[in-house]
Amino acid sequence: MIGRYLLRFGALGYLGVVLLAPVALIFWRTFEHGWHPFWAAISNPDAVHALKLTLEVTLIAVPLNTVFGILCGLAIVRHRLPAMGLVNALVDLPLALSPVVVGLALILVYGPGGWLHGLPFKVLFSFPAILLATMFVSLPFVVREVVPVLREIGTDQEEAAATLGASSFATFRRITLPAIRWAVAYGVVLTMARSLGEFGAVSVVSGNVVGHTQTLTLYVQDAYANQFNETGAYSASVLLALLAIATLLLMTMFRPKEETRGDRGA
Amino acid sequence: MAIEARNVSKRFGDFVALDDVSVEVESGSLTALLGPSGSGKSTLLRVIAGLEQPDTGAVFISGKEATVLAPQKRGVGFVFQHYAPFKHMTVWENVAFGLKIRRRPKAEIRARVDQLLDLVQLAGLGKRYPAQLSGGQRQRMALARALAPEPEVLLLDEPFGALDARVRAELREWLRRLHDEVHVTTVFVTHDQEEALELADRIVVMNRGRVEQIAPPRELYDHPENAFVMSFVGPVNRLGDAWVRPHDVELRLEPNGSTQEAQIERIVRLGFETRVELVRDDGERLSAQLSRDEADELELEPGQIVYVRATRQRTFSA
Repeated sequence: MIGRYLLRFGALGYLGVVLLAPVALIFWRTFEHGWHPFWAAISNPDAVHALKLTLEVTLIAVPLNTVFGILCGLAIVRHRLPAMGLVNALVDLPLALSPVVVGLALILVYGPGGWLHGLPFKVLFSFPAILLATMFVSLPFVVREVVPVLREIGTDQEEAAATLGASSFATFRRITLPAIRWAVAYGVVLTMARSLGEFGAVSVVSGNVVGHTQTLTLYVQDAYANQFNETGAYSASVLLALLAIATLLLMTMFRPKEETRGDRGA
Repeated sequence: MAIEARNVSKRFGDFVALDDVSVEVESGSLTALLGPSGSGKSTLLRVIAGLEQPDTGAVFISGKEATVLAPQKRGVGFVFQHYAPFKHMTVWENVAFGLKIRRRPKAEIRARVDQLLDLVQLAGLGKRYPAQLSGGQRQRMALARALAPEPEVLLLDEPFGALDARVRAELREWLRRLHDEVHVTTVFVTHDQEEALELADRIVVMNRGRVEQIAPPRELYDHPENAFVMSFVGPVNRLGDAWVRPHDVELRLEPNGSTQEAQIERIVRLGFETRVELVRDDGERLSAQLSRDEADELELEPGQIVYVRATRQRTFSA
């Protein structure tokens, strides 16, 4: 009995100290003087630009990594090629590597003396580098969500569709994709969260130019550490948190009701 | 010929699934591929459907070469062992799938699906999801789905394997009646000899990737070509070099010139049938199958000494 309570309070206490208290404090400090300072802080042109940049990067990185993630998952599960073991391991690389290392690696490739130095457009310290860094760190999530589900559903339904006359594309669109759609959706949420929140790799390659190559996370750090603009930093942080929460809520809302019934059993 | 497999071989790594198999299936027939697991029967069915490519050999469907044809273009209906229902679609949508893919007019799809749901006794369950159906219902849905595009041949992989005994017997009878109604050339895979004997017009017995015998059920039972077929299509006793079915073992209370002595070990009464387990004086075991009346008349008791004789027996040259 006592053991059970200890476990319960231990778990809740841990969550409270490690997770809840810091996030709650951010909200509290942001709204402690009402909505007005928050609104003023996030409508500052530099903050608006940082938000726009972050959203632009996310809106490009997430669809690209989603399409790649689905195709890569299919390749790993459905085509037993010898190279697929290597691909499977490589996909995890962004999870294992520190983002700072990713940033440095990009500088080695695109910087002076790098393999891809001297492209006709600017990569480092501009939009392409920020995008590449974000894509790198957010790459594994869709693949990692999709692979186990593809394994679990097996090939029966796809083969059945083929014998019923469906082309490979029709089978993918009407059978495979609907079967993995919640894995994809969850992968998209994680990819989006990672893209919105990426700091380390981007800070190395973006140059962090205010109003130009400064993403929202960089803005938070800059406002807090260099401008001593605590309200600005807190407000931008809250904005990031709200974006993440909105993503999660959207996913839950769009989940149709019949799904819970249809998934029962079998 | 509705289906012809000619000298088909297929290996998976070191495992030989099909070893030079040739089978012909007549139009409108109901054929069973019978064999133990690993005999290649399912692989043969998948080769016919185009879900596996044979290493060598050829497949013809309705007289046309289909060896390298994609499954989509073969005009076959396939019912999978676990039915492979499209889980995110309703029963109605499942059955309509093959017609929608073929872009048939909506009114035609509606009429055909309703008619099929009626045929498989699922009318009224069209709006359900597969997860809300029983095993037998899911099976019939899979059958309706496979029949919807009016395939030239219908292939069923262990169609009753995952069902309990009672539903199985019902569905078996129902499938037979359905076949008599629809007349589509049907091939089903089974490891259950009773199922094959009861349902099929012709049985292809397979073992270790080879065809052992192809014959109608009665001929297969009465004239098996080898010891494997003899022992696979029904229970057998081994008496020296001879093979004897339990119902061909005669029990007598008195010896005559051709009998052998044996002791009754156990008597099992299964309704109409009585099974007597015996040990012969040379130590060999055998079982005899009698009707209840025959057994009652002899007043058999465990431990009793009786005299046995085979009324019919077969020997096979190795």
